[in-house]
Parts: sequence; structure tokens; C-alpha cells
Amino acid sequence: MEGRYDKEGGEDLKMALLEVKNLKKYFKTKSGLLHAVDGVDLHINKGETLGLVGESGCGKSTIGRLVLRLIEPTEGEIIFEGKDLGKLNKSEMRQMRRKMQIVFQDPYASLDPRKNVFELIAEPLIVQRIYSNKRELERRIYELMEIVGLAQRLVNSYPHELDGGRRQRVGVARAIALRPVFMVLDEPVSALDVSIQAQIINLLLKLQREFGLTYLFISHDLSVVKHISDRVAVMYLGQIVELADCKEIFKEPLHPYSQALLSAVPVPRIDLKREKIILEGEVPSPINPKPGCRFTSRCRYCQDICKTETPVLREIYPGRFVACHFPQKGQ
Amino acid sequence: MSQQEKLLEIKNLTVHYETVDGTVRAVENLNLSVGAGQTLGLVGETGAGKTTTVKTIMRILPVPPSVIKSGEIFFKGEDLLKKTEKEMRSIRGAKISMIFQDPMTSLNPVLTVGEQIMEAIGLHNRVSKRKAIELAEEMLETVGIKGDRLSDYPHQFSGGMKQRVVIAMALACNPQLLIADEPTTALDVTIQAQVLELMQRLKRQYKTSLIMITHDLGIVAEICDYVAIMYAGQIVEYGSLEDIFLHAQHPYTKGLFSCIPDLYSDDKELIPIPGLMPDPSNLPSGCRFHTRCQYSFDRCEIQEPPSVEVSPGHHVKCFFAVPEKGEPQGTPLGRPV
Repeated sequence: MEGRYDKEGGEDLKMALLEVKNLKKYFKTKSGLLHAVDGVDLHINKGETLGLVGESGCGKSTIGRLVLRLIEPTEGEIIFEGKDLGKLNKSEMRQMRRKMQIVFQDPYASLDPRKNVFELIAEPLIVQRIYSNKRELERRIYELMEIVGLAQRLVNSYPHELDGGRRQRVGVARAIALRPVFMVLDEPVSALDVSIQAQIINLLLKLQREFGLTYLFISHDLSVVKHISDRVAVMYLGQIVELADCKEIFKEPLHPYSQALLSAVPVPRIDLKREKIILEGEVPSPINPKPGCRFTSRCRYCQDICKTETPVLREIYPGRFVACHFPQKGQ
Repeated sequence: MSQQEKLLEIKNLTVHYETVDGTVRAVENLNLSVGAGQTLGLVGETGAGKTTTVKTIMRILPVPPSVIKSGEIFFKGEDLLKKTEKEMRSIRGAKISMIFQDPMTSLNPVLTVGEQIMEAIGLHNRVSKRKAIELAEEMLETVGIKGDRLSDYPHQFSGGMKQRVVIAMALACNPQLLIADEPTTALDVTIQAQVLELMQRLKRQYKTSLIMITHDLGIVAEICDYVAIMYAGQIVEYGSLEDIFLHAQHPYTKGLFSCIPDLYSDDKELIPIPGLMPDPSNLPSGCRFHTRCQYSFDRCEIQEPPSVEVSPGHHVKCFFAVPEKGEPQGTPLGRPV
């Protein structure tokens, strides 16, 4: 993974491209307020990949949608290239959208079944009125198809004629068509078979190297996240519980939830002896959560203080953030 | 494995689907066996024929379009394919049970979970209602759900809990063979870990044999004794856990391992298997994997490779398969690296 090393060093590269401050998103439901995202702070540096992991319902996809302002936050700031997105008006936001794109999980659901590959890739270019000349538009579409590895003969194919991998390539081509600087990748390989998954992961890494893209990579698959990310944030019930350099967090997770999550992943090796932490119970409801640490009901290190005081995400040592009263060393 | 130890033995099974667009050769010439108390992992990507194989064992494939062209499936020495529907009914659920990926496929939303577990018990045992309730409650406790939830409906349970209920139903009659079709794919990892642990505990407790269909080699490493790798309707490699994880020979098996990221290694480059799974209604000639295989040579295009036993119990369907001692069968070129 050369890309990872290329990005280190250099003042410009250390600059945060995206900064999120105290981000909250509550949804009203019949039984109360659902705290989907509850006070999240994070930043993503230019050219890096931040992996966002967690189980269903932890709020990771909501964050992905919030940072693109596809949904409006209840509270908090989203600062992109130094501008507060919340303060932009509609047309300014429309301009901004060129720079920030998203690739969805299910390439079966995210492509219009009545458009062919040409029309699908052309759509963002037409919406943003990039080309007035039809020939230029055509040239760009063929160029994009080549970049993402789609054969030219597929230009008139409809989504149902393509397999999952090719559909996801169309999704990626649409996302990079406007030459964005930032992309939210929301479980982009989860619906694909393993042999195809590797093709798409390699494509995403290649695009990042070539175009210096910055990724927010959302996934529940820890092996994939480890492979693609520079830093990783672990979420639990709407909050970040641990955030650190990718290698460190996988080598020595400090939050009891990260430890359990990591140990629960089945590893395709038989020469490895690991301690498996089986968590009791399930994720509690995000509706009107109790004060205190949200992991208390399943944590094996839980003390009295955990039930009353919410632990804040604090920097234990440079670059290493944990939200726990008793971060655990060593597994 | 001697004849008596084999609980299930599939011989030369061929299953096709006759469709308007032609014949889909879903499973061809498949040989497989499961010993008593063993766990067999059936691994392969979408469309490999895993589910068709196990549905044929259960005889729950819709006919038409499916046609069992040939083969025998011996369960405790008797051919399941020769059984009448009535006989099969007394086997399903009692001697062979199946768990599906999505628990809602097997749960009825308008019946309480208690009624559903009792139904499974009542179908195969002559017991009083009171006794059935008792047994159902006991089963629920066994899978880690409080007995008083017997009168709850499926929607009142979370995904992981629903899958536990399905496991309780499947094991209620103490079957000898349990078939699980991607039972944890729809679940989160921490819940998956719970369910896998439960399945292993119950398997030991009830001495059940298990066929585990999965695409996740991690799950295979954790719970299986034997592994069959399927590709385009055929088993391309079969062996013990060590054979497959440490001494894999088939290029497809090796390809599967090199395209998954490793949680415990820092700089592994992913090497995807080029190309796509072939269309099962239009399969390539010769070896079905030759279109995607980097070692393919002219013979692979013409002739189907034989299944070679490279070491006792380790079978590889490839011309390049090398017996642990001796020369490769198909070619003097030697073993691909």
C-alpha cells in the first residue's frame, strides 16, 4: 500500500479537509427522541482515509449523510475546506457538492434501472452543466469508464444487465465524474462477493493515489477497514468510543467495545490463537438513552462511575482518543 | 472414513434448472460426505451451487424448474432421492433440519414463537400439549432466551434473537444433521459471535452433524472440521481444515485466500481473481475455472480435470494437483507456484 506512505509529511497534507464539531442528529419517533448521532467530533486530513466502523444502527451512515448535508444536523458544525456547510445557501451548497460525493452500498438500489451506463455516468455532468459540447461530454464519459475499468462495449447496458461489481464501478464513475476531493464510501463492497470485493477495493485505492482523494470509509467489515484506512473511528450508539491510527487500534484496542468487536471477527487462519470476547446481550435502544457510558450494559469492566458519568473522548497520548473511564491496556 | 461413520453421502449428484433461457447446470457430478458429529463447511461465491446442493438434500427444491438428473444421497445408508414425499416429511425437521440466512424466512409472523416451536415438536412426537409447552420452553432456555417469551411474536425479537428461535426450532426434535445456510450473514459481528458459539455448544451437546454454508473463510476456520470449496456447480477442492488452510492446491482456493484482507498482517496486497463467475447456463468447456485461472493451459480448455487425492482425504480437481509424494498427474510441467 504505497498510497499510505505518500501521504505523510508536507504541511499542506496535514491540513484538515473536513472537520466535524459536536455533531448531533436526533430523529423524532413515537416512543421518543432517537439519538442517531450524539456529539461527534472528528476531522479528516487531506488525502487520508478515515475508517468509520460499528454495528448496525450505531449512526455511521447517518454521519456520512450529515457531512454531505444530505440530511440536516440537529446541532453541530461541519466545516469543509474552512467553510461552515451549515451557513451555505442552496446555490453555494450546490457548488460545494461537486467536491463531495458518495458511493452507496447497494449498487442494485442506487442506480436508476431505466438509464443505461452512458446516461448514468452523464447524469452528474449534466446536472452540474460541466460540458456544453456533446462531444466533450462523450469523451469524458469514455474516459471515466476507462478509469474505473468498464469496457466500452458496456456503454449501452442497463444496470440489470451488469453484475454487482460492474454496477459498483458505475457508481464509482458517477461519484468521481465531477472530480471531487472528498468521497463518502458507505459500505461500498459489502454487497459483493469476495473476489469482486478485492477488485473494487483496489480500484478505490488506485483512484485515491491518482487523484489525491480523501475518503470517509464506512463499513462494518473490520478487515476491509483495516486494509484501506489510515485512521479508524469506532462508533457505538451514536458516539465515537475510540479513534486512532489504523495500525495502533488494530494492534492494541483500548476501549472494551473495540476489543470485543475486534475479537469477534472470524479470522480465516487456523494458526492463530486468540482470546474471544463474547459480549453479553445486544445493543440497547438509541431512543432516549440513559446518562452515563452507553456501553455499560455489555461491558465487563463496568464500575459505578460508568453508570452516572458519560466518559468524554479524550486524547490518551498523541493521536489516540478513547471515551472510557478505564481504558484497558493489552489483550 | 468407513461406510458406517458416514452419516450423509452424496454420490454423483447433478441438478439442473430447466428455464426458458436454457438449462442451468447448477450442480454437476458432486460427491460429498459428512461423518457423524462432524462439521462440514461448504464454501463458494454467489451462484456456486451451495444452496441448490443442500436444498436437494432436504428435497425442497421446486420441481419444475429443478430436475435432479442423476445421483444418490445416502442418509444413514438410505437414498433420500428415492423417498416418497410422505417419507421425507417424517425426516425433515426430525432427522435433518435446516436454518436459513434470514430468520424471517422460516418464522411465521402471525404465530407466537412458542406455537412455532411446539409445531415442530408436535409434528414428530406424540406428546401432550402441556409436555410440548414444557419442551418448547426448555428449548428456548437452551438457546439463551427466557422461557416466558414463549408467547411473544417474531417481530418482538431482534435479528440475533430471531435466529436463536430458529435454532431452537431446528434442534427441537434432536436431528442428526443440521444444515445451516449462511446463518449469521445478516447479523452484526458481536451477535454473530454469540450465535456461532451457541451453535457449536449445541452441536456438541446434541452430537449433531453440521453442514455450514458460508462465504466467510473466517467462520470456516472457527467451526469446521472439513471444507468443500465449490465453484460453478462443482467441488474443486475438499479436505480437512489443515488441508485447505495450510496446503491448498486449487488455484481458485488459493485465489479466495489472496483476495481477502488480513486482520493480522499489515501489508498484504489484495490480489483479486480476474473476471467473473461463469454463467451457469453457458459454462466454459474443460475446467470451469480455466477462464479465470492464471495457470490455465490448452488442456484445461478441452478436458475436465479429474479429482486427484493428493493426500488421504484431500481432493483437488485440477491438472496441476500434486500428490504429496510424486509427480503431478496431468502434466510434467510441475506445480504452479
